[in-house]
Amino acid sequence: MKILVCISHVPDTTSKINFTNDNTTFDNNGVQFVINPNDEFGLTRAMWFKEKQNATVDVVNVGGPETESTLRKALAIGADAAFRVNTAPTDGFAVAKELTKVAQDGGYDLIIAGRESIDYNGGMVPGMMAAALGASFVNNCIAIEIEGGKATAVREIDGGKETLTSTLPLVIGGQKGLVEESDLKIPNMRGIMMARKKPLTVLKPTENKTFTASVHFEKPAPKGAIKMVDADNIDELIDLLHNEAKVI
Amino acid sequence: MSVLVYIESDNGTIKKAALEVASYGRALANTLNTSLSAVVFSSENSELLGNYGVDKVLTVDFSEKFNAKVYADIITQAAQKEQASVVVLSSSADSRYLAPMLSVGLDAGYVPNVIELPTQTQPFTVKRSVFSNKAFCKTEITTEVKIIGLSNNAFGLVEHAVSPQTESFSPKIIASEITVENIDKATNKVSIADAETVVSAGRGLKGPENWGMIEDLAKVLCAATACSKPVSDLGWRPHSEHVGQTGKPVASNLYIAIGISGAIQHLAGINSSKVKVVINTDPEAPFFKAADYGIIGDAFEVVPKLTEKLKEFKAQNA
Repeated sequence: MKILVCISHVPDTTSKINFTNDNTTFDNNGVQFVINPNDEFGLTRAMWFKEKQNATVDVVNVGGPETESTLRKALAIGADAAFRVNTAPTDGFAVAKELTKVAQDGGYDLIIAGRESIDYNGGMVPGMMAAALGASFVNNCIAIEIEGGKATAVREIDGGKETLTSTLPLVIGGQKGLVEESDLKIPNMRGIMMARKKPLTVLKPTENKTFTASVHFEKPAPKGAIKMVDADNIDELIDLLHNEAKVI
Repeated sequence: MSVLVYIESDNGTIKKAALEVASYGRALANTLNTSLSAVVFSSENSELLGNYGVDKVLTVDFSEKFNAKVYADIITQAAQKEQASVVVLSSSADSRYLAPMLSVGLDAGYVPNVIELPTQTQPFTVKRSVFSNKAFCKTEITTEVKIIGLSNNAFGLVEHAVSPQTESFSPKIIASEITVENIDKATNKVSIADAETVVSAGRGLKGPENWGMIEDLAKVLCAATACSKPVSDLGWRPHSEHVGQTGKPVASNLYIAIGISGAIQHLAGINSSKVKVVINTDPEAPFFKAADYGIIGDAFEVVPKLTEKLKEFKAQNA
């Protein structure tokens, strides 16, 4: 079985978000980048398939040379080979097109992406890839098993979950639940040393078709001061929620 | 030319989020000086759509369970039939699931998490939340047909009575390689995605045995219950209740956080909620900086009192 895990290179969850160039560009200054958490759950699940079912696991990212440290981390966790499509990830569609090409060329059975990246929160790349590949797609995937060329997956729905079966190839938009937080692996020294020798192939982008353009960023207006209510005066809170906030 | 909205139902009843999408669609159609069509799957109360400005209701002649690929293809056909220039969807799990496939099917740019009407129509520019609600981004959609994913509770319900024309729609049904084997859904509980109020609790509750008071409070408010990440990691509550950056996003009108300190990842997931109330013993908890109303106090004393007072309030204002 061949698995491709799509890795997005995103600011660490605790990063301060700022913009430069007249609020048109994300400010990388002082920001730590990590594997997108939703992708890391998927990568860790892929390692399970590698261990138990002898799968090969490749990872791919669309981005400039600065994202290679993130791909090396994925290799250190245990992926076999990495690809980097050398172009700026301008919009979800452009990224999906590049990833689709890599997926087609590699002939993968299972393609794992995160349900969304924590930077632009688009949540569209896996579904667009599936549509472009003509593959099946399960979003918000919280469990996956593959047996005899058939996948059983669980999708989180609003207020519950849904169990699905599907043929391969299959694309999933993964999230927490694929593995537990405690299953995530911190690369050890041996993994880091081995990662240096694993292939990281730089690919040329195919086309530059986009659907959207991010033109201007802004931060939310500063919030008004909190109103404190005394613990012995619950009536006041109810009054504020009813008459001022108008939410009850 | 038209604006097309995808109307979702739950057990045959149109969802509130779908009426919000219709309200938004109406306002957008007015801006674009065009009409509003709706595509509806198995719903018993589609006449309701006339109250929210839908000019034409396409009732899909298809009663199978939700399948994102099949539904995306049907909406693609509806959009082509109605010559839609914009398609509007909600932020439900199902809408987010099918939207990217619809985008490829229609060759149409899709922007999710949109929080208001387009800031301009030439070029067509919408404002969406990004970086887990820590920023907004004005985004141009450069394709001829556009798809908007509206953020929950961002626009609200706007009544606008018209007499809609209803038409039965029999699309071509494509095959899917995916089979739904089983749906496990709590029928008597409000889901976090659909809730107007969410009551959420954290490690301050000390143990899973103490969640009764959270459920009581949620019941009075017809609210969904949620929890912080440590609580779901400890197994006190199911993962499906975990809200935050890697859990479920919350965009409710009222969010009540009890015994949650307010880590940045938690706040990222909930800060598009309109009004936030925090109850915590620790006056230094970061949540107090992010909330609208705060009580410094012990959840074990404050929460039962709040529940009682709310019961009285509801009885008086019923």
